Order: sequence, then structure tokens, then C-alpha cells
Amino acid sequence: MSQFYLTALQLSICLGPMALGIFITMKIFNIPDITTDGSYTLGAVVTAVLLSNHWPVLAVLPLCMIAGSVAGICTALIHTKLRIDALLAGILVMTGLYSVNLIILGRSNVPLINIHSIFNTLSIFNNDIYNQLFVALLIIIVLIFLLRYLLLTDFGIGMRATGNNPIMTKSMGINNDFIKIIGLAIANALTALSGFLVAQYQSFADINMGIGIVITGLGSVLIADALRIWMNVSNIGLQILFVLAGSLIFQLVLAFSLAMGIDPNFLKLVTALFVLFIVALPRVSSQLKRAS
Amino acid sequence: MISLQKISKFFNKGKTNEVTALNNISLQINEGEFVVVIGANGSGKTTLLNIIAGVEMPSLGKIEINGNDVTPLPEYKRSRWVARVFQNPNNGTAPDLTILDNFRLAALRTQRKNMTIGINAAFKKKVQEKISELGMGLENKINQPMGNLSGGQRQALTLLMSVMDDTNILLLDEPTAALDPKSALVVLKLADKLNKDLGMTTILITHNIKDAHQYGNRLIQLNEGKILRDINAEMKSRLSLPDIFEWFG
Repeated sequence: MSQFYLTALQLSICLGPMALGIFITMKIFNIPDITTDGSYTLGAVVTAVLLSNHWPVLAVLPLCMIAGSVAGICTALIHTKLRIDALLAGILVMTGLYSVNLIILGRSNVPLINIHSIFNTLSIFNNDIYNQLFVALLIIIVLIFLLRYLLLTDFGIGMRATGNNPIMTKSMGINNDFIKIIGLAIANALTALSGFLVAQYQSFADINMGIGIVITGLGSVLIADALRIWMNVSNIGLQILFVLAGSLIFQLVLAFSLAMGIDPNFLKLVTALFVLFIVALPRVSSQLKRAS
Repeated sequence: MISLQKISKFFNKGKTNEVTALNNISLQINEGEFVVVIGANGSGKTTLLNIIAGVEMPSLGKIEINGNDVTPLPEYKRSRWVARVFQNPNNGTAPDLTILDNFRLAALRTQRKNMTIGINAAFKKKVQEKISELGMGLENKINQPMGNLSGGQRQALTLLMSVMDDTNILLLDEPTAALDPKSALVVLKLADKLNKDLGMTTILITHNIKDAHQYGNRLIQLNEGKILRDINAEMKSRLSLPDIFEWFG
């Protein structure tokens, strides 16, 4: 396997939690939350500052997830209590977070070299790349089980119903606002977890690393949705796996573009066009069907 | 018991398009009663039901349910006492969730939804038994999404879901308006059964005079936000269909 594709695999796992976060907001709650760009960077920034101050990585992990959840709670409170459109609430928090992130980081870029990161906690294989992959896989597998469990619990049924039919959930004794706040907190904690992983994987945190990252998550969820409809799947566990598969497909497309020799400056354009392609595909194909 | 005390509801208060939906209504509904509410469009029927459910807050007055002052409580907190079936069959259930998931939520209507898995073999069996009472053959489809079912089936299940927990008030807002005659009959018969067998206090809004005549043991006619007629069980049993038609003459 070429280095390109191995990197794509590793990156897709690191970005997996964020994709699952978008899955929760977009598919479970039906809320377009774009706090993501900010909470992803927030996760990375908190990680960089604490790790460079020699905090143990296992203490940094929960702290950056808490930071992400606070960002999510801010968006949720603006959306539910002030009745402001979720999209605008997300943009506001994301914009504010840029400054917050810059203040926390102290400058626009902090390298993480010679630091004990989550990826060198285990050395099972001789090859460092495999060790990194193993750690990332371990984290994502735990996450799959936790998220699947959550969504199958009584609370999880409430979460899914709230996004599906808020009129019904109110009559079932569910406080829709409260459950949305919890949901956005979880989603953005997951997003921050991706920031935590990617910062350590690429060995730096950068103030601009989150720009447009929401599109990557959105693309993954859209690919997952296409797979779900195509295979007619309603199983929660499979849907979670599809989101991760979506993340992998997305990164492979980008890796393939780079391998083809596309200028890295065009990568965002490739990303946007690819997402457009996924969104447009079902519509175009249904129109073609009707025409024929 | 539901007690409405001097309830008024104004919309657009102080503006030129002010509407008085309910005008100083006082009403006692006793446990186990099956009240049918009729009235022309705009007479305040739905507002009355919404005020009891907590969808709308009254402008003036006080509401008590089983002796508790619920006037300031939002809708989701009143679900401790009140279950609802909506005019639109799509409103009462979550279409992308399975029948089983929908019933699980309904079984927890008055309780906390904990982070534990509550659906087990015993619960599945209980739901299947409940659903088989309908005789629609849906008991073998509990893992299918609710959205796959017809409006009539969904409405019947919504009604059944109202007795999964120990709520004892059932609000039915024109539950058969969107259904074909056969499904409508199933739904109303089921409501009647739940009222008679389980003693559910039931309030039914309908535009169908035949249904108003056939079902319930109390009949209320609203007009311009006021109670025009309040007919008890004995008097209602003596009413003929043409009598009720004449009220709308």
C-alpha cells in the first residue's frame, strides 16, 4: 500500500469522531451545526498547549472533549433559548472561537515535536505507522460501541425521536431544548476529539486547521446516507460504520487527487466539488429516471 | 379530573386583528368521562384542547389536573397526565423510528429516559400483545419504521401508545379527519374501548355529528369561545341525530 493511502486511512480514522459528531447533529437531530470548524481547532489548540506544558496525554483527552462540549452548549443555548437559527448560532460561535483559539494558542502555530503523544503510548509493531494506526483504531472502536450503546438507550431513542418528530416528543414528556443541548455537546466533544487526534498525528496545531473541516464531515455523512439508502439499512451500528466508511472514502478521494498530481492548493476545490457530486448524484439520477 | 377556571385566551392582544379564542370558560371534567366537543370552525375547540395540553398558555384563568395547578407547566411536563392524538396522523409518531422504539418512548411518557437500554424481550412481548389487540397484523412488524404504515394504522397505534404508561387523560383532536371511513371507525372504537375498559378520561373534538351522537357520555358545544351547550349523559342518550344537526342550523 502506498504511503498516500495509508496516510488517508489514518487521517480518516482521526477525522472519524468529527464525522460522527456531524452525523449526530445532521442526521439524528436534523440541525445544521457548523460550530465544527471552531470546536475542531479548539480541540487541537487545547491539546497543543497542554501537551507542550507536559500534561499527561490521558488527562488532555477528556479536557479537550469538555472544551468542545462547552462550544456545543454555547451554540445550543443560542439556538434553543434565544430562538436563533441553528446555522447562524453555529456561525457566531465558530467566529468567536477563532479569537478564543488564538488566545489559548498564543500564536498562530505550535509544533508538537518530541512530545509524548497518544500515538506513541503503545508500541506493538516495529513500524511506527502501524502503531499509530493501531491506537487510532482502538479509539474509534471504543467510540463506535459507546455511540451505538447511547443511541439504543431510552435516552438515545429520545434523541432520535426529537430530530424526527419534535411535536411527538413533547407529548412524550421530552424537553426538546434540553436534549438538543446534550446532543450538540456530545457532537462537539467528538469534533474536539478529532482535533486532539489530528494535532498529534500531524505534530502541530494551527489556528487555520479547522477552516472548511465541516465539509469533510458533511461529505462523510452524505456518503453514509447514500450507502444507507442504497442498502436499505436502518440498523444504528451499521449507520455508524457507514459514516466512518464515508470518512475513509472521502480521504481516499483526496489522496487519489494528490497522487494524480493535483496542486495541493486545489484540494479545497476538489473537496467542494466532490461533496457537490455526492449531493447532486441522487437528484440527477432520479431526474434521469423520470425522463426515460 | 380536569378543572378549567375562568379561562380566556386572546391572540394578537391589543392589535386590530385581536381574536378572543376562549372567553371566560369554566369547565369541570370528571375522571372517566368521555366528553365530545363540537362547534363551528373558530369556535375555540382546538384552543381548548391546546390549553389543556399546554401547547398554548391561557391569557387568563387557571387549570388544574388531578388537583395540581398546571397553569404554568409547558407541554412536556403535562405529559405526566395527558396523552394526545393529533389531527395529522404523522404528528403522533416518529416515522424513521421503529414501531418498537415509538412504543418504548410512549411507555416512558411519565418517566425519565435513562441512559440504559430498556427494550428487552419482555418489553417486545408486551408491545406485541398490545398491538395484536388491534387485529391489524402489525404485531409482526414491530421492527419496521413507523413511516411504512398507513395513516389509519399510525393513528390507531398512537392511540394505543397513550395507554402504555399510566397517563389517564386522552385528548383527541379530530383524530379521524384524515382517515378513510373504515380506519376512522377502528380508531373511534378503540378510543371508546380505552375509555370504557381502562377508565381513560377522554376529550374528543369532532366535526362529525354522527360520531358526536354515537360516542361519549357528555356533549359540549362551543360557540365563539363560550360553552353554548353542555349535555350530560342522561340527556345525551335522549338526543336524536336531527336534534344535534339543528344546533348548527
